[in-house]
Amino acid sequence: MRDSTPLLSKPPMLLDERSRRLRLLVLRAMEQGGRGHPGPALSLIEILRVLYDDILRYRPDQPQWPERDRCILSKGHGCLALYALLADKGFFPVEALDTFCRFDSFLGGHPERGKIPGVEASTGSLGHGLSIGVGQALAARLQARSHRVVVVMGDGEINEGSVWEAAMTATKHRLDALTAVVDYNKMQSYGPTREVLDLEPLVDKWRAFGFTTREVDGHDVAALRTTLSTPPEPGRPTAIIAHTVKGKGIPEAEHNPEWHHKSRIPAPLFSAMRQALETP
Amino acid sequence: MRKSSLDAVFQLAQQDERVIFLGSDLGVGTLQAFRDTFPERFFMEGIAEQNLIGMAAGLAMEGFIPYVNTIASFLTRRCLEQITIDVCLHHLPVRLIGNGGGLVYAPLGPTHLATDDLALMRAQPHMTVLAPCDALQMRACMAQTLHHPGPIYIRLAKGGDRVVFPETMPVTLGQGITLRPGDQALLITTGVMAQRALEAALILEQHHISCGVAHLHTVKPLDDTLICNAARTFPLLVTLEEHSLVGGLGSAVAERLADQGPYPGPRLLRLGLPDCFPHHYGSQEAHLAALGLDAESIARRVALALDTGIGSQP
Repeated sequence: MRDSTPLLSKPPMLLDERSRRLRLLVLRAMEQGGRGHPGPALSLIEILRVLYDDILRYRPDQPQWPERDRCILSKGHGCLALYALLADKGFFPVEALDTFCRFDSFLGGHPERGKIPGVEASTGSLGHGLSIGVGQALAARLQARSHRVVVVMGDGEINEGSVWEAAMTATKHRLDALTAVVDYNKMQSYGPTREVLDLEPLVDKWRAFGFTTREVDGHDVAALRTTLSTPPEPGRPTAIIAHTVKGKGIPEAEHNPEWHHKSRIPAPLFSAMRQALETP
Repeated sequence: MRKSSLDAVFQLAQQDERVIFLGSDLGVGTLQAFRDTFPERFFMEGIAEQNLIGMAAGLAMEGFIPYVNTIASFLTRRCLEQITIDVCLHHLPVRLIGNGGGLVYAPLGPTHLATDDLALMRAQPHMTVLAPCDALQMRACMAQTLHHPGPIYIRLAKGGDRVVFPETMPVTLGQGITLRPGDQALLITTGVMAQRALEAALILEQHHISCGVAHLHTVKPLDDTLICNAARTFPLLVTLEEHSLVGGLGSAVAERLADQGPYPGPRLLRLGLPDCFPHHYGSQEAHLAALGLDAESIARRVALALDTGIGSQP
């Protein structure tokens, strides 16, 4: 038994131009919306970037394409990262980010299926996505389709018992088309996961529940590509523990639980954050 | 009624390959024929109801029509959030079949009673709420569930309930039926209170009091036309339900009358379960009698209301 933290001791990953540009989209939405969950979105960017750039099959102009891979953002509060990727990929115009959380917007503080092209499930209350993913993976098998189902979860989220119900079921049904990704930024709303409700030994837990487990630096694009594209073990679902930094890329927000959710960020701070990302 | 309901799921599965059965940890042999015939569409997933509902939602998103079955109290309370968000928010055709609605599990104690299920399910947007009165009506209702676009909650009773539904009468979800005409009061029932209401009407008839009985197998959406016509016809409406007086059929009818009239309207007497946990075990019938919901007590309370306008407490 050991802690799933060795990757943290490496020097922090530097963000390339694309990662910084996606973060600027997150800031853009947040500034216009006046609020958001920056910390949980910023730890997610590279996970979603690699999924949407390199792994998932989808058609932005045909969001319901039956053969698409299903990607559920179960930690719905990380939606600013998802919105940035979906806008970047052309599921909707980038300008729509400026309407985030407004009365008539289709981009709410948590993502909704049916409103936002590319969103597979309405999430926001935690611990729902993996069960839905299990159902979708079973459906794919019944329909003899070959698409993958990827469920991206938060670390605080997997405090929920329903996640582990779903994990047992995924293993029972040998759902190798199902991949669970845990954005392990080790910081939940109140404070460190270790203090609020310790998840360790996290890798061992997923393995004990029957998953093939892989660990990766969740900000290392090349490593994520390798990990996410590795074929599953036949007959076993996969859990990827992505070690991340909450608030990654914004010094004020990194490892800072006060940036879990934020509103009324002063304009000069937005300018400073933008500048830091534009001129690293 | 339970057997009719589950047999109907098997029949629907034979008709339509989108039909899937999901159970929690039901009695040994449940729907064995389904399991033998369509093992790939039969799921028994353990005592993990939250996950069960999420799975059903995921399957429904992909075009399947999942029928989920477990004990009503666990089905509606344990995984209420999954029902609200995974099923109702996505407006998915998931069917929830709750065993032992009301006081069926009285000997097992308060943990197993589903006396708030109609209220909880009624409060969910898009949800259709059914409480048929007997096996025949259950069968007719189940046949209607296949092509219904949204989620449905189906409340089961104990089984062996006296059949009162006329077999030739058509069933349309959302439309109540008249089981007996009358003049002085209309007893409006759901679930197996239909049988008690019919008996009570007979008793009242012996005392020269003429009561009609209307049965609402669909609690939501409420049959507005039936309630509206009844409110204009009868001086007294009596709702009868094996459910808390908070949030069930009586509440639905009261809301309808308060919101849409007529003003002034008829007197409304709501007969149901008080807002408290029971302190007894014993049989369902014993509880109904103790709470003034057996046929004789109902007849007495209706007579009293017609004479004096006295309220609903037994």
